[in-house]
Amino acid sequence: MSDAAVSAELRDVAGPSAVGGGRQRFFELLYLVSVTEFKKAYFGTVLGYVWSLIRPLMLFAVLLFVFTQIFRVGSQVPHYPVLLLFNVVVFTFFQEASIASVTSVLSQEGVVRKTQFPRLVIPLAVVLTGLFNLGLNLIAVFIFILAFGVGPLWTWLLLPVLILVLTVLTTAVAMLLSSLYVRFRDVEIIWSVLVTVLFYGTPLLYPLELAPERFHELLFLNPLTPLFVEARHLIIDPGAPGAVSAAGGWLHLAPSMAIFIGICGCAVAVFNRAAPRIAEEL
Amino acid sequence: MSTDQATKAPSPPIPPRAGTAPVSIEVRDLEKSFRIPTHRIDSFKERAVHPFARAEYRELRALREVSFDVHRGEFFGIVGRNGSGKSTLLKILASIYRADAGTVRVAGQVAPFIELGVGFNPELTARENVVLNGVMMGLSRRESQRRLEAVLDFAELQEFVDLKLKNYSSGMLVRLAFSVVAESYADILLIDEVLAVGDAAFQRKCAEVFSEMRTSSRTIVLVTHDMSAIDSYCDRAMLVHDGELAYIGDPHEVGRRYFRQNFADPPVGSGHRRGIPDLHARLVDARLEDREGRSVTTVQVDEPIRIRVVLEARRDLVNPRFGFECRTPEGVTIFGFRRSLDAEDGGPARLEQGRRATVTGTVENALTPGTYFIRCWVVSDADEDEVAMQFIDIFKFEVVGDRRGKGLVSLPAEVQITTEDGEDE
Repeated sequence: MSDAAVSAELRDVAGPSAVGGGRQRFFELLYLVSVTEFKKAYFGTVLGYVWSLIRPLMLFAVLLFVFTQIFRVGSQVPHYPVLLLFNVVVFTFFQEASIASVTSVLSQEGVVRKTQFPRLVIPLAVVLTGLFNLGLNLIAVFIFILAFGVGPLWTWLLLPVLILVLTVLTTAVAMLLSSLYVRFRDVEIIWSVLVTVLFYGTPLLYPLELAPERFHELLFLNPLTPLFVEARHLIIDPGAPGAVSAAGGWLHLAPSMAIFIGICGCAVAVFNRAAPRIAEEL
Repeated sequence: MSTDQATKAPSPPIPPRAGTAPVSIEVRDLEKSFRIPTHRIDSFKERAVHPFARAEYRELRALREVSFDVHRGEFFGIVGRNGSGKSTLLKILASIYRADAGTVRVAGQVAPFIELGVGFNPELTARENVVLNGVMMGLSRRESQRRLEAVLDFAELQEFVDLKLKNYSSGMLVRLAFSVVAESYADILLIDEVLAVGDAAFQRKCAEVFSEMRTSSRTIVLVTHDMSAIDSYCDRAMLVHDGELAYIGDPHEVGRRYFRQNFADPPVGSGHRRGIPDLHARLVDARLEDREGRSVTTVQVDEPIRIRVVLEARRDLVNPRFGFECRTPEGVTIFGFRRSLDAEDGGPARLEQGRRATVTGTVENALTPGTYFIRCWVVSDADEDEVAMQFIDIFKFEVVGDRRGKGLVSLPAEVQITTEDGEDE
């Protein structure tokens, strides 16, 4: 270290924040932490990555049995098995990432309290790890879809856009939950219930048209609904209506968009407010 | 940490830096309070039950109007008791806590760690951890890769590079942690209690690194309780007491003040007036005195130890004998003395219930610097042939000063060496 390299200029110490410490450092840390989490989750177990596929597959198998053999919803819906599989895998990403994020900041207590660590990296890494999983799982899902005789379709190219929108929402939820959890420990329980509500409150198991008309507006308040409706249209069944036509025009999509933006805005505001004090509150 | 190790560290002559080198850390009127919840609302339920309840807090002022400068290349020590605010100060310097008021300005990059080995992930290998650590320090992943060799060389752990840290011994872990700091590129290093690491050989190496760091342009802030480390490494030091800057300057003076202050306040858990319930005698007063009869808690080496104890008899004591023992914290008795109460007339000596006896004793001090405890015992003749005995732990005290030597006491000795030719074979 030469003397010349040492800057003699005094500058203010910024204090802790969500992204503090430079952009390069932020992204490098985000990458390393996500990869670490991913490895940790799957390299210690015998079946490794396979587990992350088996879990949604088993859920899918059970649901498929229930909804085709018992409720017989499936028989009225074209390509129901692959639609169900796709929906379950995508929702699993949202579910697992958001649940894992709740306790993420707290579980990194040592790092948060003893190092200058950009706090936002922690929930983001959880989402990113989930995204790695989703990417791998989707490869398997698309093999099933092709084997089932659907596609390939040009509209599949729009899948990344859908995933991006879902990732933004998941990230916002993760930021909100992880920073609230530091102050309010019941967030964990509340969220585990809410996520189940969302599982049934999003047209995953059933296509939208099977839900009574009077509930459609309610369902469309859920920002996940337009995503899954649109995904069905783009990926599985071009004959099914897209989000705009299913909602009955752009105007009817406005509430869910507003909620989406509201969640993102809240997430940024709450996380930024909480970030400098997280080390003290823990 | 062995004191000997630290004192053996080579101390190259360091030019006084204060005043000449540019300022590297500038702290002005720093304030930090913590709100300690007395009744914390940490669930929505409580919030719902008491919607208008203001959370009750107790303000704890961890730092008050602290201002100081550290110059570039300085080895700066921060000393203080637990809870004095020194770690809070370090955390603010490292951007872990946010200051309430005041400014902190630094020149150059500050290492983002305050403790050794923080951020190490036990599930990762040494290689991955060192890379992660480098990135934490603000390097790119590639630069961090390049640094790996240097770190492993220093730690002498090349053969364990792909071993997960959870399988490391604690000594290896500490070596790796220290090496990461030693090989860091940060201009300002913040170090909290790290000198007690590794085996003797590695400690020597650490001492060399510290000496090297002193001569480099790096600024080092060291928080420690270890006065010998402050003495042997620091150019300047500062004493923090109850969140306030108590003294800044000469490390030796800081050490002296730290010791004095440490034992002037009521000792916590020092064994003061502990022991079995008052059976035969009750301790009224016990103190260590200096020459003028003032109560003190430290004794300079070579200064006699003066003990003054007032005891009150809880029952009639027949032929009472009072004894004192000076013990180490481990419970080894170093010396003791005893005295019987003289009988006033021909019969047995007697201290009636409720009467007080003042015992004073002066002992030549041959103790080496350290902490010692004084225990008092009272023996009296009980019925017939029996004696009753009671031990009372009275206080602890500190011997301070420069005398260094092996063992608990240093005794006057005269040593001669003569030489002569050996017999040829």
